[in-house]
Amino acid sequence: MSDLIYRVKDLRVSFPDLSRKPLFGAAPRIDVLKGLSFDVAKGDVLGIVGGSGSGKSTLGRAMIRLLRPDSGSILFEGTEIAELNEDELRPLRKQFQMIFQDPMSSLNPRRRVGGIIAGPLRLQGFDNIPSRVDEALEMVGLAKRFSERYPHELSGGQRQRVGIARAIALKPDFILADEIVSGLDVSSQAQVLNLLEQLVRELGLTLAFVSHDLSVIRRLCTRIFVLQKGEIVENAPTAELFDNPKSAYTRALLDAIPLPDPDQVWS
Amino acid sequence: MSYLTTKDLTVRLRNGAPLLRKVSLAVKSGEVRALVGESGAGKSMIGKAVLGILPRAAKLTGGEILLDGEDLLTLPPKQRRAKIGAKVALIPQDPLTALNPSRRVGPQITDRLVDILGWKRKEAEDRAVELLDEVHIQSPERVMRSYPHELSGGMRQRILIASAFAAEPKLIIADEPTTALDVTVQKQILKLIREMQERHDTALLFVTHDLGVVSKISQSLTVLYAGKVIEETDVRTFFAAPKHAYSRALLAATPKYTDPDGSLMPVPDSIISEVEQEVAAFDAQLKR
Amino acid sequence: MRDARGQVRRMPGLRLWLSGSWLLILILAAVFAPMISPHDPLEQDLFAARLPPFWQQGADPAFLLGTDSLGRDLLSRMLYGARLALTVALVAGTLTCLVGATLGLIAGYYRGWADLVISRLVDIWMAFPPVLFAILLIAVLGTGLTSIIVAIVVIDWTRFSRVVRAEAMSQGAMDYVASAQVAGRSRLGIALAEILPNVLPTIVALLTLEMGIAVIVEAILSFVNLSISTDQPTWGGMIAEGRTSIYQAWWVLVFPLAALFLTVLSFSQLGEGLKDYFDPVLR
Repeated sequence: MSDLIYRVKDLRVSFPDLSRKPLFGAAPRIDVLKGLSFDVAKGDVLGIVGGSGSGKSTLGRAMIRLLRPDSGSILFEGTEIAELNEDELRPLRKQFQMIFQDPMSSLNPRRRVGGIIAGPLRLQGFDNIPSRVDEALEMVGLAKRFSERYPHELSGGQRQRVGIARAIALKPDFILADEIVSGLDVSSQAQVLNLLEQLVRELGLTLAFVSHDLSVIRRLCTRIFVLQKGEIVENAPTAELFDNPKSAYTRALLDAIPLPDPDQVWS
Repeated sequence: MSYLTTKDLTVRLRNGAPLLRKVSLAVKSGEVRALVGESGAGKSMIGKAVLGILPRAAKLTGGEILLDGEDLLTLPPKQRRAKIGAKVALIPQDPLTALNPSRRVGPQITDRLVDILGWKRKEAEDRAVELLDEVHIQSPERVMRSYPHELSGGMRQRILIASAFAAEPKLIIADEPTTALDVTVQKQILKLIREMQERHDTALLFVTHDLGVVSKISQSLTVLYAGKVIEETDVRTFFAAPKHAYSRALLAATPKYTDPDGSLMPVPDSIISEVEQEVAAFDAQLKR
Repeated sequence: MRDARGQVRRMPGLRLWLSGSWLLILILAAVFAPMISPHDPLEQDLFAARLPPFWQQGADPAFLLGTDSLGRDLLSRMLYGARLALTVALVAGTLTCLVGATLGLIAGYYRGWADLVISRLVDIWMAFPPVLFAILLIAVLGTGLTSIIVAIVVIDWTRFSRVVRAEAMSQGAMDYVASAQVAGRSRLGIALAEILPNVLPTIVALLTLEMGIAVIVEAILSFVNLSISTDQPTWGGMIAEGRTSIYQAWWVLVFPLAALFLTVLSFSQLGEGLKDYFDPVLR
């Protein structure tokens, strides 16, 4: 099974519910992920879809160990990473990267673009850092001069490209993209999606794309998980899911997407 | 006869940079007009100008805002506020911040009726219960006594809709009211807004960046770029064949999941520079 | 798309210039006090007591700002007083900042039990009335410059740790911190390289504010005669002495009070100005 990049078994994550914390003692816990099991093959472009509170972002963040699961197993390229601590994870970090939803808050406002992209490279002990930074900028379609700019001097779409450049500069095996187009105008959204599609093709990336919007991932993703209340209610190849959605929730999601077409009538 | 008309509405930053460039539009009673554009196009600014809640950095420098044939800008401030308060309401974008978290929901709906229209508290409460029922909230009496954090995002948006219709306004301005919601909830809310608007025969100005939403909610639309009207038409004509190249590009960039092979086309740079030139030419013409 | 917000220019740093100039004058005065003082600040001359400032009738041009009830030259005493005021401001301010900001950063970023301990400590600390606390401390430590500085640090570190903790917590929730973690940066690395620079504008503003407060605290302690030996001129001590003769010689009170006021105001304005200057988003 060498073509698997992830093998996840019975993954459980819970958070303390501070709004219902009693005056004394610990807060009750909310189960956010209720025992998920799935495989991800190398080269897959995985769409993780669901409404707010479905656990889709939590799932992504658990996969790259930005948070620690309560129980379960996460095999990443054959290594068990569910229980590793931060020190043990550090050498593995360059293999799984993340692109964040809000490019404004995920780029340190006090660093220039060049420094932002170089930072992770330096930490992971890469050589030829300046040329790698330039290469990453070029791959996302930004001119070299952008490395001198501060994040607040860029447009939303450009910031998101910087976020992508930072992730791909490390040449990771896996990238998590968490709602990365939801804050963008349709035009920038199309640009970013096309860019990702191109990068997947050229670099052979394995990508997980977390989104609340099924319509943006139709073209990009090869396989889709639909999450509802912490459980995977549908796991299917993209075409199959769109043509023949099995779960009622998937059908409701599809049906609720407003098509730019006045002839679509809502029941 | 249109209920809201703006003529050559111009809004500038205090340093003179234009935010709205001579915007003229009209909304009839019972009509829904969508205002569409990318971020920074000034679509929210129009609603803010009508409501008289422009941000401090912006200033209305020219044009007319006619409400039911009466120019708001020539009225003395007190009368203007009274007129806006009685005839216009807002459905805000973010249901999380639009309700005061430390007050119960009921008084937040009735305040407006009591303070602006001088209703009795009891009357206003009965009306609020009636409205919550109208926006399909179960056990409205209980919801009236809840705090906002006890309710879901969709529930809160329903409450804000009920609150907007409470004083039977003639015009409602909805500023991206569904952007913060899940698609399934968005669908319910859009249907609800449409239903309420038809029942009350209100004029509705609906600000959105989503052409999908436009096709579901409105009969007519105005496309804006950099504070200038680019195209103005009815919805069927628009989706069949947008006239302006920028509108066509915007439509091509909108994802459509039913068309798996259709690629998403970002608005090409050539069209951006074309429309930028158009705006610059418009500015130059104004100066002359 | 053009973004009109970028076109809003900020006011040039007028207050930065004004406050900076006053503080610079003060620093020069303090450094060169022995050279530029027209008189020995301790020299008494009862025949020249309560001379008014130069523009009033009966003034002696040798005593520019007049003399106090013991005939000591006010200008010279103020110049020497500036030395103590500035020493306390710089040393006590910086030390308070170091202690408070470090604890605040630890509590705000590392959270957990460290936060629990530090936050409880802050809560307890703030329940003491500060002036009483200071007087108590001096009584235990004895008077002297070191005691004043220690007292200020011990009392006021909470001001820094509270604000820095809150700021570090909100910065810590930002995605750029998560992205540094994804990049494999250590906890300490994130605290120093990612969070600290973003908290720095706040720290700078607080630091200058604290310097102003240190000047006030020193003046208060001198006023109640708990600062340092009475033969060294301090602004607070001068104000205390001036109070007794306010109807006969207002200038003995007013000049040191004005210097104190201007200095404290300048410190806080300098902080506000620097805060904007340090912020790349506003710059």
